[in-house]
Amino acid sequence: MNTSDKKRGGWSWWYLLFVVQFVVALYPPFFNKAEPTLIGIPFFYWFQLAWVFGSAILTAIVYYATKD
Amino acid sequence: MSGGFVSNINWVALTIFVLLFGLVSWLGFAAAKWRKGDLDQLHEWGLGGRRFGTVITWFLLGGDVYTAYTFIAIPALAFGQGAIAFFAVPYTVIIYPIMFLAFRRLWYVCHKHGYITSGDFVRGRFGNRWLALAITVTGIVATMPYIALQLVGIQVVLGALGIQGSGLAADLPLIIAFVVLAAFTYSSGLRAPASIAVVKDILIYFTALVAIVVIPMQLGGFGKIFASVPAQKLLLAVPGPNTTGAYTGYATLAFGSALALFLYPHSLTGILSASSGRVIRRNAAMLPGYTFMLGLLALFGFFAIAAGVDKLPEFAGGFAAFKNNFAVPALLLHSFPSWFVGVAFAAIGIGALVPAAIMSIAAANLYTRNIHREFINKNPTDKQESTIAKLVSLIVKAGALVFILFVPTQYAVQLQLLGGIWIIQTLPAVLIGAYTRWFNSWALLVGWAVGTYAGTAMAYSINLTNTFPLKVGGYTFPGYTAVYTVLLNLLVALVLTPVFNAMGTKEKVDATAPSDYLPTD
Repeated sequence: MNTSDKKRGGWSWWYLLFVVQFVVALYPPFFNKAEPTLIGIPFFYWFQLAWVFGSAILTAIVYYATKD
Repeated sequence: MSGGFVSNINWVALTIFVLLFGLVSWLGFAAAKWRKGDLDQLHEWGLGGRRFGTVITWFLLGGDVYTAYTFIAIPALAFGQGAIAFFAVPYTVIIYPIMFLAFRRLWYVCHKHGYITSGDFVRGRFGNRWLALAITVTGIVATMPYIALQLVGIQVVLGALGIQGSGLAADLPLIIAFVVLAAFTYSSGLRAPASIAVVKDILIYFTALVAIVVIPMQLGGFGKIFASVPAQKLLLAVPGPNTTGAYTGYATLAFGSALALFLYPHSLTGILSASSGRVIRRNAAMLPGYTFMLGLLALFGFFAIAAGVDKLPEFAGGFAAFKNNFAVPALLLHSFPSWFVGVAFAAIGIGALVPAAIMSIAAANLYTRNIHREFINKNPTDKQESTIAKLVSLIVKAGALVFILFVPTQYAVQLQLLGGIWIIQTLPAVLIGAYTRWFNSWALLVGWAVGTYAGTAMAYSINLTNTFPLKVGGYTFPGYTAVYTVLLNLLVALVLTPVFNAMGTKEKVDATAPSDYLPTD
């Protein structure tokens, strides 16, 4: 088994970025507050909307960093 | 207002709605010739020949996962109950890591062995036809009320266009829409919703982006909108002592819904129709575009509160008929000229056709492969197999239509809620099965039965609401019933696996090899 075989479909440390997505998205004490607001939108809403992009970027990083 | 047509038909909006509906119906029939394949083969009819690339898969899965009912129901939940409705955002964030890792493995093994359904996979992996049957029946039963709810989406926008009341005249538009849907699904298979999804999504994105800018301007900005939302709806309630309160309710609802999503037959159909594992991985990074839009749409519930649409006399009838589901249609009618309303409502109506078509195809694939072929006719020709699937797709849709016309909507909503609890019970066999064959198939079957029974009983004990107040030593953990019961299911399967193995129950050979789950080249 060489390293490219290992990467292929097996475990990669880059997958920890997925764990980050889960923890942030599923821990309400992080974001269950009104302040600071963004153009009048409470933190609860704009943060979770922003995290959609954050997660997509993390997934894209994993996509480029790992082999098929 | 009994016995038929109600006045106040919005003719401009209705005309645009009908024109766009006609356009996509034509597209649905024309799709049979798109990337032409032999539609007498089940994988051509039921999976589009597994040829969809990154872009089409994006549209198809987008139309599949983010359904018309979602676009109506999530803002309605925000309108009625506030912050909890936003669970849809974390839910549709964390589905993508799951898709990226686990469902890519399933794509490879299904591609390698020609599997079309989760029942096919479980049959091959565990060699146990009864376990496969349990997975199949669960998939079909969980899908049926989901199709019915798509019809509710169409019903609400038709009602908002002024077609309300009871009797054949009022029901006729819905019946016509469904007959057309059934016809093009029959003739074009999965190619129909795939092509329609493109049109639908352009309309939906157009509507959402215009509305998210224009409505706040009309209402005096986001600050004013959120100031008009009652404080108890604005955020999740902070948990009191000895309970995790709304926090675990919110998190488990998102987590459980995410685990359940790709176990639904229609999601798996969308995934398996992709042309490569790379398409799945790419889409895991691209599909959050829809999640963002769903989050924006959820905010429409607050716009509706700020605009006070439920207090306007012209919408009293709509709210009486459709309850909070009328919030978004009322908001659009209140804020926009008729032509724009027509486009927006067409987006929602067409948005119902796409998932309804995919769901009926997925249910038909399951019946054909895992019930008919397994128990009735073991060696069908390709032509027989695809013919059965086409007929079953008609029966499934007719069933959903009858259900919606003759049974109160509330039952479809409750059945769909139960469906989420039922479908998650297939997780140990399907999702964990994609990684390991460690479990004994009979132990998985018992775990499935225990989880299904316990989930149903728990759901009834809390009057068919979502969160079960689990009490452990004076502490209360409110959480989504599906999460608690799938853990119970797993525990049973874990404990019973060594027991069954020791009893020497004969386990069939695994038809799949470890390398089947990985890229081949």
